[in-house]
Amino acid sequence: MTARQAGSSAEDGAPPGRRAHGDLQELFDETIARDQRIEPRDWMPDGYRKTLIRQVAQHAHSEIIGMQPEGEWITRAPSLRRKAILFAKVQDEAGHGLYLYSAAETLGADRADLTQRLIEGRQKYSSIFNYPTPTFADVGVIGWLVDGAAICNQVPLCRSSYGPYARAMVRICKEESFHQRQGYELLMTMMRGTGAQREMVQDAVNRWWWPSLMMFGPPDEDSPNSARSMAWKIKRHSNDELRQRFVDMTVPQAEKLGVTLPDPELRWNEERGRYDFGTPDWAELKRVISGDGPCNAERVARRRAAHEEGAWVREAAAAHAAKRAARQRKGVAA
Amino acid sequence: MSETRTTRGDWPLYEVFVRGKRGLNHVHVGSLHAADDRMALTHARDLYTRRNEGVSIWVVRSEHITASTRDERDPFFDPSADKVYRHPTFYDIPDDVPHI
Repeated sequence: MTARQAGSSAEDGAPPGRRAHGDLQELFDETIARDQRIEPRDWMPDGYRKTLIRQVAQHAHSEIIGMQPEGEWITRAPSLRRKAILFAKVQDEAGHGLYLYSAAETLGADRADLTQRLIEGRQKYSSIFNYPTPTFADVGVIGWLVDGAAICNQVPLCRSSYGPYARAMVRICKEESFHQRQGYELLMTMMRGTGAQREMVQDAVNRWWWPSLMMFGPPDEDSPNSARSMAWKIKRHSNDELRQRFVDMTVPQAEKLGVTLPDPELRWNEERGRYDFGTPDWAELKRVISGDGPCNAERVARRRAAHEEGAWVREAAAAHAAKRAARQRKGVAA
Repeated sequence: MSETRTTRGDWPLYEVFVRGKRGLNHVHVGSLHAADDRMALTHARDLYTRRNEGVSIWVVRSEHITASTRDERDPFFDPSADKVYRHPTFYDIPDDVPHI
């Protein structure tokens, strides 16, 4: 493990000797109850730390793997404008991954180890990135629906109880808004185009709608860790509540765009003041999460290849740095 | 594990501080790994200032930071806790004295 710094990591992890465990737990509980943030050097229960490392790492991995589905379209984008936008967007995803790895490291995780876990399939990432992007309309729909769902998920995380995670989410949410808007604008442009283009958009919406709803995770009664995460204020709303919000937000956008959402049960419920909608295929979500989605193997293989093929660069940079440092030491001694 | 992992581990951790605009302090924004100081600066630029978030960046090896103890209620800060006379509100001044 690299040398860790005082300001941002969990160094030795042991509670200061002068305080009894009960006091520490009490202080932690009070901080959560007062809606204050837990910071890296605070004492925290092991379960809290573990849950956060798992969640933040999965989130970071999702951003990194999330570069792939759209990245495939960078060289094929239909105009320089779209290419530049897509470049910027994919670069943002890399940035989001790095903010989050940085947050995970403040909990004592090791970045190289997290990468290793991802490419060995020992840690998961969002199921959504295991779907293919066969047409350029997919780029637009990912921006609109996938990033839209991500925003629904992520905005409440800006108030997550763990400081570094919450702060990373603030940066990320600011940038996601560009992602969603560029996607919607792309689709509006295609919808003003030919019949074939409109069909392409509708086809992409049909393929991405249900996987987007699955991004919020299993239904509440089937989400065993949710209650604890909510008690710790890592998570602020239940999966089903966030899913409902996303549907309520998205239906009017679909109407404006002129596309149909592929759910025959979707209708406004006057009484609830919200939309009723059908049930996603939870068996499919389980399959994709457990590695059996359309692109799981491809995504991980690509990430592994990038990591392995980049090894010589990392080694060369380290050797160069070591050489320069040695030369500098010699210069000082002389 | 693999050889690459050790090599990667050799890139030290840096903390990044950004001055958002003239007139503001540098503020800690996060961390990154880099082989040396120069790479840390360019990585910090690419990672933390993609949208004009900064006019100046500091990077420092994380291991070079010395911090007070982890505990928010640490006695380290006690000397400032019992000196109410350091605050302007400690002093009673009649309401009709102007500009004070």
